[in-house]
Amino acid sequence: MTGSLPKGILYGAILVAGFVAPILFPGYTFSIAGLWVMILLALTWDIMGGQMGYNSLGNVFFFGIGMYTCMIVQVGLFYDVAEYTAHSGAVNVHFAPGQYFTGLTLGLAAAAAVATLFALVFGQLILGLRGPYFAIGTLGVALSAGELFGAWPFVGGGGGVALPTYPGEPDDRAYFFYVLCMLLAVAAFAFLKWLYSTRFKLVANAIRDDEEKAEAMGLHTKRYKNLGFAITAFFLGISGGLYGNMIGFIEPLEVAYPVVTFGIFMIVMCLIGGKGTLWGPVIGATLFHVVRQLTWTYMLGWQWVALGGLIIVSVVFFQQGIVGWMQEKWPEWFGIRVDEKSSMDDGFEAGTAKKEAA
Amino acid sequence: MLSSLELLISAPVLNVQLLLDGIFIGAVYALAAYGLALVWGVMNLKNLAQGDFVIMGGYLAWMLVNQGMNPFLTLPIVAIAMFAFGWAIYRIIICRVIERDLFTSLLATFGLALVMQQILNQIYGPEVQSINAGFDSLAIFGGMVTVAQVKLITLCITAVLAASLVCFMKMSRMGQAIRATAQDPRAARVMGINTDRVYAFTFALNSAICGAAGVLIAMIWVIQPFYGIPYSIRAFVIVTAAGLGNLPGVILAALGLGVAEQYAGFTLGAQLQQFTVVSLLVVVLLFKQFQRGRKRQVLQ
Amino acid sequence: MRMSMRYPVAMGIAAIGLSAAGAISPAAAADDTITLGSAISLTGKYATNGLNTQRGYDLGVKRINEAGGVKIGDKTYKIAIKYYDDESTPLRTAELFERLIKQDGIKLLLGPYSSATTKAAAPIIEKYEVPMVEAEAASRSLFTQGYKYMFGIISTSEQYVESSIDLAAEMAEKNGKKPSSLKVAMVFENDPFSLDVRAGAIERAKKYKMQVVVDDKMPRDLNDISATLTKVKALKPDVLLVSGHEKGASTAMRQIKQLQVNVPIMTITHCESAKVIQNFGKVSEGVLCPTQWAETLNYKGKYFGTAQEFADLFKKTYEGYKEVPYQAAQATAAVVVWKEALEKAGSTDATKVRDALSKLDIMTFYGPVKFDSTGKNPVKPMVLRQIQDGEYKVVAPTKYATAKLEFPRKVAY
Repeated sequence: MTGSLPKGILYGAILVAGFVAPILFPGYTFSIAGLWVMILLALTWDIMGGQMGYNSLGNVFFFGIGMYTCMIVQVGLFYDVAEYTAHSGAVNVHFAPGQYFTGLTLGLAAAAAVATLFALVFGQLILGLRGPYFAIGTLGVALSAGELFGAWPFVGGGGGVALPTYPGEPDDRAYFFYVLCMLLAVAAFAFLKWLYSTRFKLVANAIRDDEEKAEAMGLHTKRYKNLGFAITAFFLGISGGLYGNMIGFIEPLEVAYPVVTFGIFMIVMCLIGGKGTLWGPVIGATLFHVVRQLTWTYMLGWQWVALGGLIIVSVVFFQQGIVGWMQEKWPEWFGIRVDEKSSMDDGFEAGTAKKEAA
Repeated sequence: MLSSLELLISAPVLNVQLLLDGIFIGAVYALAAYGLALVWGVMNLKNLAQGDFVIMGGYLAWMLVNQGMNPFLTLPIVAIAMFAFGWAIYRIIICRVIERDLFTSLLATFGLALVMQQILNQIYGPEVQSINAGFDSLAIFGGMVTVAQVKLITLCITAVLAASLVCFMKMSRMGQAIRATAQDPRAARVMGINTDRVYAFTFALNSAICGAAGVLIAMIWVIQPFYGIPYSIRAFVIVTAAGLGNLPGVILAALGLGVAEQYAGFTLGAQLQQFTVVSLLVVVLLFKQFQRGRKRQVLQ
Repeated sequence: MRMSMRYPVAMGIAAIGLSAAGAISPAAAADDTITLGSAISLTGKYATNGLNTQRGYDLGVKRINEAGGVKIGDKTYKIAIKYYDDESTPLRTAELFERLIKQDGIKLLLGPYSSATTKAAAPIIEKYEVPMVEAEAASRSLFTQGYKYMFGIISTSEQYVESSIDLAAEMAEKNGKKPSSLKVAMVFENDPFSLDVRAGAIERAKKYKMQVVVDDKMPRDLNDISATLTKVKALKPDVLLVSGHEKGASTAMRQIKQLQVNVPIMTITHCESAKVIQNFGKVSEGVLCPTQWAETLNYKGKYFGTAQEFADLFKKTYEGYKEVPYQAAQATAAVVVWKEALEKAGSTDATKVRDALSKLDIMTFYGPVKFDSTGKNPVKPMVLRQIQDGEYKVVAPTKYATAKLEFPRKVAY
């Protein structure tokens, strides 16, 4: 209980900073929104990768599914999707504000639902794979989804498709999507903070440490694996829908299924920050995002070499990550366990926050 | 799609073309896949940079050919250079990840792949390059089927390379040490084998094999700094399908994949050719899992 | 607790670092310089033409500054360009253009390379009402969305292969065949530009009632289309159309050679930047290459003289070019357009410049520039060149032709 007041101040400060940042630095709204998306990607990867030891290389699968589902709903509510995506580009569409926001809301909801559904279906098949096979299998699923969407003319194929335009001022649009990205990341954080205080974390860690033994102890490992996968997909689906709208133009290989960029970034961010911790992905994502922006401003042409080098160094020499390293160094900081009551409170917050985001 | 199938049935000679092309290219995949099976089997390293070693070999050869060298003479030179490169990479990066958990090697080699393709891009530029070995095509069945001579030569080279690899593994001292280490590294160490050296050699050998495959690919296809990933994926498909330490299996799976790809491109269209490869990977994995599940039930 | 504090701190550092990064450029733009902005593909898969574009832009800036710069009112300004690298992905483009407009305060833009990236940029510039002159995106759908601030000086993508189909029809009629009896095979890369070319081709083929027998799309990192070409060989079409930037052109030429594919009319886009004559020699004989611009055309403008003079200057400035890629020429032309528009507007105000652009009617070394209400430049034609004896010869349209079409394509494999 003693820690709850300063903690509250801290969270409040982050929230306020989050809301104020784009007002203070209006030119960076997009970049900081990108940071929130990165935080979300890292947080959701850590559910399976960090906590459960199931290292997925293909989480962008859900990201892309969400993006395309959202697009189909947004457009399909008011127009013929196939006609809209046709390459002759003959259709000139206009979305009224009411149509736009209805479409976006329903689109994001559908994105979450469809991504979760896919997670449950694919989970049945793919969660039986272990270790590197799981990693390669998820990589395969994500890659083939990208190829498949590229060959599907209904959603624009490789030519991509432009999303409905926001019916307002550009600055409002930026702030609107910024706030949505932030709320989603915050909601995911709050939800995971609650989730990790429940039995879920214990089972997940047991699976990570030894799945056979966990099973032998009578834990329904499969149920928990499916649950973890579904939660990952839920948040990734929404963020895919949001991100697609923020970019305004989606195409299969680089925006919707960026397997070798976002798909790998999310892992690297977790590793840098410390996987299997709550704050690790957040810190890792922040650091990574800043480094990425800087290398790309100051090391033009070599930014990817620098990034690849960062991956190698962080994997080879610094695998425990920042938070892991701090845990080793100052274990007493992490010795205090969150008590039952405050975690219940967090759970309640998470529930409401989630509703808002959806 | 149906019309393509009809075409195949009405003109069976096309099957010959597809089969031949599939086999030629499958042979090159076999090289890359065998290298992967080697490092995977011996040092439990899942090398995601496999394809980038291939491309790097291709670029080295391309550079030498531009200096006026005969394309086939570049093969041994590139293999040696890539051997040295592999050894260096082992010393710098790989030796630090082989004892670590399974995922580390995947991610570290992914980082390596990223760095390699970007550096190749910086040095050689993103243009598509190819080596002109100066051979014609043989036309058979009245021109309906063509066989590029260079592809035939490539197939022979691949066969020779594969045969000499088998001999090397069976006969030489190092080959025996590699096999011993693959079976049980601890026992091998007790027997006085310097396993660290064996690992370094294995990785360097893999790099050399990939380099050789790259030279051949530059001669029959085109290379580009970012074309490594498809080869990595194909190598993974083949090795997961064939299993480790199973050279005949690797060769068969590689030829099969090459042919399957040609048929997919023909019947489904080029847009689904890549998809076929990747989804085959998933199918193979799931099938293996299903098999294992059955075995587990039998044990119970 | 302390470790959690790091997060806002890191955020703060990030923000400061970023604003420091952004603050440099407006400060550098001194009073007598007008800064244009662009994000082009300096790395990644379009980097070849990204570089050509950059060189084109730079040469335009250099020449115009040497000639005294831009005169607005009674003050002359030098021009400069602020570049970002979009890594050849539309993912970056939106962010970069927002950065150019909001952080760097740039109100005059030059387009990125490729249709995909331009598609991503267009909504942004439209929202901020910042005019952009683009010279590297040909996708027709860019000009059907009612964009008001985008001006494209190049011919739109459907024109790339239309003339080849027209030629085929013409030849068929000459030889006493009906155009509707012709068969067309199409191999296009699966990207916005090539798919747009494809849309144009399909429409044209439909007009003549030609039959499309092969319609494959090359995935971006596929380097083998031999299965598709086997199909082409078996079906014996009268027209083969290939479009896939230089990657597609190289891959196709290589495998056309190996499989000894011959089709009476064979059109491949991006021949020049793929250097097919140097790389494939006599196998490239008879291939038709659509081009936005050729140095042999008789255009003449104020700053660079004739097309040929521009080509000579370009080759003198940058080493290693046997042919000047049209991508570079049109980039330079975009800078010329900016100069003319700024002088005509007599101001750097976005709305005034936009109006000036929409009323522009000039002749350049690259051809005439006069935008229609959708922002495209319909007065400049696309030309079709054929490789004859290792040289590009203009064969269509007849007005610019320097050689007769060699039909059917003759080649000795």
